[in-house]
Amino acid sequence: MNLTGRTRLLVYAAVTFALMSVVRLWSGEESLTSSDTIGASLRLSIPILLAGLAGLWAERCGVVNIGIEGMMILGTWFGGWGAWQYGPWIGLLFAIIGGMIGGLIHAVATVRFNVDQIISGVVLNLLAFFGVRYLSDLVFVGQPGGGVSQSPPQTSVIPRFNIPILAGGEIFGWKSPNILLWFEDRGWFFVGDLAGVLYGLAHNLSWGTVIGVSFVPLSFWILWRTRVGLRLRSSGESPVAAETLGVNVIRLRYLGLLVSGGLAGYAGGILSIVASSYYRQGQTAGRGYIGLATMIFGNWRPLGVLGGASLFGYAEGVKLVASDAISTLFLFVALAAVLLVVLAVVNRKTTRGIITAFVAVIAAYAYLTIDDVPESLTQSLPYFATLVVLATASQRLRPPAMAGIPYRRGETH
Amino acid sequence: MTAKKRHLLDALPRSAVILLSSFVAVVLALLICGVILLVTGKDPIAAYRTILETGATGTKLLEMLKRSTPLILSACAVAIGFKMNLFNIGVEGQYLFAALIAAESATHISAPPVLHVLATLLIACAAGAFWASIAAFLKIIRGINEVISTIMLNFISLSVMQWLFDNYMRDDSDGGLRVTTTEIAPSGRIPDIAEGRLNGMWLIALFVVFCYWLLVFRSKFGFRLRSSGLNSTAAQTAGIAANRMIVVSMLLSGAVAGLVAMQSVLGEEYAYGPQATPTQFGFAGIAVALLGRNHPVGIVIAAMLFGFTDSTSAVLQLSGIPNSIVKVIQAVVVITVVIVNEATSRYMNHRTAEQTAAALRTETAIA
Amino acid sequence: MWQYLAMPEAAVELTNISKGFPGVVANRDISMRVEHGTIHAIVGENGAGKSTLMKTLYGLHQPDAGTIAVNGKVVTFKSPSDAIAAGIGMVHQHFMLADNLTVLENVILGAEPTKGGIIDSREAERRLNELAKSLGVELDVNLPVAELGVGQRQRVEILKVLYRGAKTLILDEPTAVLVPQEVEELFDNLRRLVAQGTTVLFISHKLNEVLAVSNRITVIRQGTTVGTVTPAEVTRRKLAEMMVGSDLPAPEPRTTHVTGEVRFEVKGLSVRHAGQRDSVRDVSFSIRSGEILGIAGVEGNGQFELCAALLGRQTSSGSVAIDGKDISHASVRQRMDAGLSYVPFDRQREGLMLSTSLWENNLLGQEAKFTKFGFIDVRGARKACRDVIKRFDVLTPNEDVPAFALSGGNQQKLVVGRTMSLQPSVLLAAHPTRGIDVGAQAAVWKEIRSARDGGMAVLLVSADLEELLGLSDRIIVMFEGAVVAELLPRDATPELLGSYMTGAKVNA
Repeated sequence: MNLTGRTRLLVYAAVTFALMSVVRLWSGEESLTSSDTIGASLRLSIPILLAGLAGLWAERCGVVNIGIEGMMILGTWFGGWGAWQYGPWIGLLFAIIGGMIGGLIHAVATVRFNVDQIISGVVLNLLAFFGVRYLSDLVFVGQPGGGVSQSPPQTSVIPRFNIPILAGGEIFGWKSPNILLWFEDRGWFFVGDLAGVLYGLAHNLSWGTVIGVSFVPLSFWILWRTRVGLRLRSSGESPVAAETLGVNVIRLRYLGLLVSGGLAGYAGGILSIVASSYYRQGQTAGRGYIGLATMIFGNWRPLGVLGGASLFGYAEGVKLVASDAISTLFLFVALAAVLLVVLAVVNRKTTRGIITAFVAVIAAYAYLTIDDVPESLTQSLPYFATLVVLATASQRLRPPAMAGIPYRRGETH
Repeated sequence: MTAKKRHLLDALPRSAVILLSSFVAVVLALLICGVILLVTGKDPIAAYRTILETGATGTKLLEMLKRSTPLILSACAVAIGFKMNLFNIGVEGQYLFAALIAAESATHISAPPVLHVLATLLIACAAGAFWASIAAFLKIIRGINEVISTIMLNFISLSVMQWLFDNYMRDDSDGGLRVTTTEIAPSGRIPDIAEGRLNGMWLIALFVVFCYWLLVFRSKFGFRLRSSGLNSTAAQTAGIAANRMIVVSMLLSGAVAGLVAMQSVLGEEYAYGPQATPTQFGFAGIAVALLGRNHPVGIVIAAMLFGFTDSTSAVLQLSGIPNSIVKVIQAVVVITVVIVNEATSRYMNHRTAEQTAAALRTETAIA
Repeated sequence: MWQYLAMPEAAVELTNISKGFPGVVANRDISMRVEHGTIHAIVGENGAGKSTLMKTLYGLHQPDAGTIAVNGKVVTFKSPSDAIAAGIGMVHQHFMLADNLTVLENVILGAEPTKGGIIDSREAERRLNELAKSLGVELDVNLPVAELGVGQRQRVEILKVLYRGAKTLILDEPTAVLVPQEVEELFDNLRRLVAQGTTVLFISHKLNEVLAVSNRITVIRQGTTVGTVTPAEVTRRKLAEMMVGSDLPAPEPRTTHVTGEVRFEVKGLSVRHAGQRDSVRDVSFSIRSGEILGIAGVEGNGQFELCAALLGRQTSSGSVAIDGKDISHASVRQRMDAGLSYVPFDRQREGLMLSTSLWENNLLGQEAKFTKFGFIDVRGARKACRDVIKRFDVLTPNEDVPAFALSGGNQQKLVVGRTMSLQPSVLLAAHPTRGIDVGAQAAVWKEIRSARDGGMAVLLVSADLEELLGLSDRIIVMFEGAVVAELLPRDATPELLGSYMTGAKVNA
């Protein structure tokens, strides 16, 4: 098959979808592709997506960012505080600023003082965790509903909306029809699933979410289409070559880390402003690290990060909305593996065929025997998936060549 | 730096410069936190005075030693990795995993007092080493960076533990009210040295630090480990097998990590519990190892410093200053220390080169 | 072809250029004139001073004396950007490319055509394709550089320089990394460029290539110009002689005859690399007890990989045996235990822990010898280091000084001393006296000779012909990974060695 990248992606998506539909009809688990599940998945994947983009911006400019979690924590706190004081929009702005403070600390330590990037990130996480505790102690303790580990509840929220025509949104007060919901309710093969997914993405949308998703194309456009983007990426790929061509690597690394911090902060803001209505300690729950995993999973590309975040978010969404449906995912894996076996046989790839056949058998066995997947184990899916990707596909991964290596001006290598 | 100041510094011996730089870093951190306190409307002088005064009492000093125990062990585990140029961020996952396995195993062992404890400690080491070995093998077989793999394994460890705990290891004797493993029999417990204030695990931690010093700084194996960390190519050229050093150092690091929670499991709670067993020591250990510059004595001092500040936090809260400032101080100390270390090592390199050249000039002049 | 006749000014003219580094004079009194629209080759052995000269011309450092004139105007280059502004571009031997960026991105980086900050990729692509056409190459400019072969990467480097408007191109050893067909393609490209008025400065030590492509050839030896000739005026033989020089020392008469048993035997050794040409090809030799076998050859012709394979650090095919005992599959440690020892090519990378004390550096590789009950015998190790310091005259205040504080020559003496104190039965010595002063050089030679007389077998890799001819009992010449000749020192004339080393003559 000689398909161009875009067509191939479409074909894959369609096949995956058809498979999901088959699995839904076979198992009777309507919630697999229901709009409820997809809606929840979307909400759960946004913070991961943004954390992944934060990692992407940092590593693209050449600095490894283990401190995403810390920057997110700063985002949750500043966002929660700002939203409580001045309303949700200002809150999001403060979340971004909070994250950027974290980014700036990381930049000063690693770019200015050449501190080991991993160490700086680890320490930043500690500093953020305890720093916001101190701030909570000062600001939230004694307020109604507030305490050392949480902020008082916010009084207003970021508005939500439905997309008109498709999902029954209003246009100038006129309530448009809800086409997608109508199709979803029919439950037809493929069409019903497609409608479910689209309806999940099209109704009860928060503007915070919409802005969050828009950072994917925006990141791509800036990094791959503009001058500053090219120079920023060159700082992560070959700072020495870049510097000889007149690129100011130091300044671009500061810029990259500020953007990284801002994105992580926004991810935190989503958690404390959009996904809930108050700041709470531990709200990030390791999502900064999932973001890091997502960045690797997504091969350091915005669309890849989106894919990784959707997958991890979906796994969480299914768990949340329909925890019984998780085991049907084994059926999906089994069917997908069978398809891959057929492909391998057609292409005469023996090893690949045997491995996928093995996977198919295991997944089928799991589907037939396990009816309740322990939640404790599904939690580690993103981390496990990342290790598997690193272990099996590391030849295909293209991390920025010089990420993690300190650069000092005037020194070759 | 003025010419005169540089002259004074130049006269100091190497160890004094390093001590001085650590001191400067701590003072710098205290200044930064003082500004934070001041800006947030608290009195830094009063805060620091409270820390010093309450910390200097006898009971608080014992508490400091007790609090330093897990930090010493965790820092040791991290430092073994650092010496081999490996960054073991996975101490957190390793010690918690080991805590669960050891606590559960201890309830199945029946042995006389000392042997029971020894067996449990060995199991803890083995469990920690096992979890660390995953990262080691991922590194040598698939070339996966240990930083990434240990981070991922921390979380995988947590969920595997939760699954094991919920399904197999939780004590359900009193209707599921206890959220811990079954209580360990008295023969398997580590006694206190000072009743309720200091546990025997502290001595074991000191023993481990001593072994760390002996093994890493004095033994043939340690020489090979440090050589591989300093210049892996030269070490391999000299016949030291790189992959074996990676595996062995990760196993050792994990084994020491396995002991981190033993003070809690065998000396305080006599069980493992998701709420009862303290977390975050893995990351604090990184901070302590950095502050102590991976040196055994430095690690003990740094751990005591952390233990000291931790022990004062309750009193601090009483006098109206949020006790979280203690942790903020600790984190800021680590940041200033790593930055000052960078500057110091650059200064020391420059100075050593110049002094060597100067020594040779006078030598040839005499001859 | 001879357009420059119409232009009185030279494209580049260097007058009396001298450049010294602490302890060495790299260039002295160099004068040369490069005409417009020509390919001008600069040839010379490794260390003759070619690269120093080109760095001067590219503004990477400033000359101590002398002037540079471009198009008849005297210029001073404070940095490469000054050189670029004057129309001089350089293609380094080691490419400065970002692998994960596309060809287009690599070329335009730092000089991007933009519309309001957005890269005008259509315009960039148009200009790049135009340049590629003028160079006569076809490239998919949207492919990441990582997917290109070595030859294509070099083309990208050339395009990068042309894109910035260079009229004079410096190519540093451009053919070192290329296979023969790629070399031909490169030469075609260069001829096209020159026909369009570009000037090319071409650094090489491969005489047949130089003769094939250049209009003028300047020979440099020991930091100064020997002369400038046209290909028509010289033969390969004459050029080799100019390059190597004719004032070579007569080998010292041997006092002993090599009659010992074969200590070290290598049969059919090859080192293969996936997707690249083999770096060592079917090398066989044997060394007797009390014999020194010299390897002559221009650097980068497989000597490093050969030593790495013999030491067991590089997978290879073929067999290696010490004293009749096969060690082909042994680890580095096992080979060392069998009596093999190595003076590394690169002392800092392969030999030293720079931040650590001398005594610990001296201990590396012999830590097992200084161990009591598993612990390091610090006192013994320090004493061993003091012995080496004394015997090899390492200039240092004491054995506690970290290795980085020593000068390169003294570091080298320590590394050699450490290796010799292991009392190996087979010594692999790569450039054992590189970077050390004359007196210490004689001392190292004396040590190697006396160890040889004690029955050691030595494989000596050296770029210093005096050392090679003075020490070796036999000499083999390596070219492109293979042994192309074996000869006795007394038969080795500079001309003969030169033509073997440059591949002009083969006699295996």
